[in-house]
Amino acid sequence: MITPEQHIRLYKEMLRIRCAEAALAERYKQQEMRTPTHFGLGQEAVPVGVCAALTKEDVAYSHHRSHNHYLAKGGSVYRLAAELFGRKTGCSGGRGGSVHLTDRESGFIASSAILAECVAMATGSALSFAMDASDRIAVAFFGDAVAEEGAFYECLGYAALKKLPVLFVCENNGYATESPLSIRQPEGASIHGRVASFQIPTRNIDGNDVAEVYLTALEVVDEMRRKPGPVFMECRTYRWLEHVGPFFDHELKRTYRTKEEVEEWMAHCPVKRHGAYLLENGHATGEQLSTWETETRKSIEDDIERAYQDPWPDVQTLMDKVY
Amino acid sequence: MRIIKYNEAISEATVEAMTRDPSIFLTGHAAAYPSGLFGTTARAAETFPGRVFDCPSMENAFAGIAVGAAAMGKRPVFVLPRADFMFLAFDNLLNLACKWHYMYDGNAGRVPIVIRAAVGKGWGQGATHSQCPHAPLAHFPGLTVALPSTPADAKGLLLNAYTNNHPVIFFEHRSLFGTEGEVPEQMDPIPFGKARIAREGTDLTIVATSLMTLEATIAADELAKQGISIEVIDPRTVRPLDEETILASVAKTGRLIVADCSWEMCGFSSEVAGLIAEKGFHSLKAPVRRIALANCPAPVSLPLETAFYPKASTLAQAALRLLNKDEQDLAGIDRVDYFKGPY
Ligand SMILES: Cc1ncc(C[n+]2csc(CCOP(=O)(O)OP(=O)(O)O)c2C)c(N)n1
Repeated sequence: MITPEQHIRLYKEMLRIRCAEAALAERYKQQEMRTPTHFGLGQEAVPVGVCAALTKEDVAYSHHRSHNHYLAKGGSVYRLAAELFGRKTGCSGGRGGSVHLTDRESGFIASSAILAECVAMATGSALSFAMDASDRIAVAFFGDAVAEEGAFYECLGYAALKKLPVLFVCENNGYATESPLSIRQPEGASIHGRVASFQIPTRNIDGNDVAEVYLTALEVVDEMRRKPGPVFMECRTYRWLEHVGPFFDHELKRTYRTKEEVEEWMAHCPVKRHGAYLLENGHATGEQLSTWETETRKSIEDDIERAYQDPWPDVQTLMDKVY
Repeated sequence: MRIIKYNEAISEATVEAMTRDPSIFLTGHAAAYPSGLFGTTARAAETFPGRVFDCPSMENAFAGIAVGAAAMGKRPVFVLPRADFMFLAFDNLLNLACKWHYMYDGNAGRVPIVIRAAVGKGWGQGATHSQCPHAPLAHFPGLTVALPSTPADAKGLLLNAYTNNHPVIFFEHRSLFGTEGEVPEQMDPIPFGKARIAREGTDLTIVATSLMTLEATIAADELAKQGISIEVIDPRTVRPLDEETILASVAKTGRLIVADCSWEMCGFSSEVAGLIAEKGFHSLKAPVRRIALANCPAPVSLPLETAFYPKASTLAQAALRLLNKDEQDLAGIDRVDYFKGPY
């Protein structure tokens, strides 16, 4: 059961991430964020639903499309924006860029750009938790292409063998850059189907329905705390923008997917969908929704502007922290 | 002569070689799409749809799959949009492919594999999308490691790679894809281990790899205006290495700068410095100077990234110092980077 307050919290968190990504993508077009960026527009429900089921002590890792996960785990828009601008105040001091985020305080340990690294890191953190008999959980957020890397299967086997408290969350958005899943996995196969053969419990859910994601995550997290062992969630979702960069594919005349397909998925927008749910169930009024949106946008614009005004790192610091 | 772009030259070599040899096939992530490896695979994909195909993200296994296919007579070409992803392929590449011919005494056939990888640079490509591991790879007996810096070299070396009988690693620099140069319509393969003297000179030698050849040429052009004569040598392959051309040049000039697009420590610049210390010591009029990346991972932030990469002015300044001339403000000679990201 999700209380009305929780529903509202889920909505507001998705709204924060949506507005942040939309504003950052818009700002990105001015060419002052010099870091290859994979925006997460359209994929907000999974990070929000999963992170809402975690505590601050639980840790999360992510892949290249990491803003949503960083934000949902508790990272700040301001420090993310500063990172994208390459400022000293960025969450990685401006050194890592969009694909190398961290916010240890909120339990977002790291995102990294090489596929499947996040899966191995989360498995390692879970190993540490298991050795300490702690009830903490490690989560890896990643996309469907990670299920093609060998390290993924090595981690599944290891996590199952050692009963590690690691939650694998696969956001299956159907594409890896321009390559559709249909030419990367045999017909009739599924990622969760393969994972199940490792004796790992799996869930296959609608990743654009934040309530479903949250309820599923609550249930599996509870299960994992009581009886440690890995769980795999496959969440079906869709990326709205180009693979890397701030534009829609059709704006750049790319043909690997159609504008119609994108628009169809945009009609299943996880944020709008949950907004409609709040209205239908009387959890919020239309006026509230629009006030929240206005306030969120404003505070995000302020964060981004503040980050923009921040200083560059001093060139003299180039060699700092090399060991 | 005809002028074409670096990526066009690569595309042309690929189509020509595939036309001649039906055993060549090309794969890699999104290889069969217009964007495939910066447009270098699109024409091959159109022309040979059965032999250019997409590949899931499986760098580790695919290097081994390539060995197996090659052992059966295929000529696999594996393309990687960033050289950094090749680290996952090191096992099959270094424990198997490059040892194959020797370890089985030639009895297990040949494994003619070509791995083509783009080296990222600039616009915040960052620590894990900008590395050029030519030096660690060149460390291993059995591999050929090529880093062409011009369209003609790219085409000629690639034509050789596509007909060679052993594994070849081919680094294509992101900043070079859009550069132009003369490329004859009919081109012979360029042999491995044969350096190109990009510019003749008498006062100082710069041995430069990949993009650094371009930077060295700009530095040389600038210093020529002041009556300083720089010889620029592009080794084209770092394994095999054309020691002879480098030694002959240093014998003439007595001064050497090695400019590399990776780090100094155990790197290519150190290798050439070692070569000169051992075989060219008596020609030297000044210590050898290595110019390489700053000794840290590539930072994203613009001022740090700018400081991280050596450029034409860095080389010109170093040359002036080796020649006991006063330093000058040379920042104006550096190329404007037109790369507007994101990838
Ligand atoms: C080992 C490795 N190989 C290749 C890449 C290049 N690459 C970056 S993102 C990507 C596709 C990822 O697709 P998916 O996992 O579905 O995530 P999405 O981008 O769709 O969120 C690829 C192949 C990489 N980063 N690391």
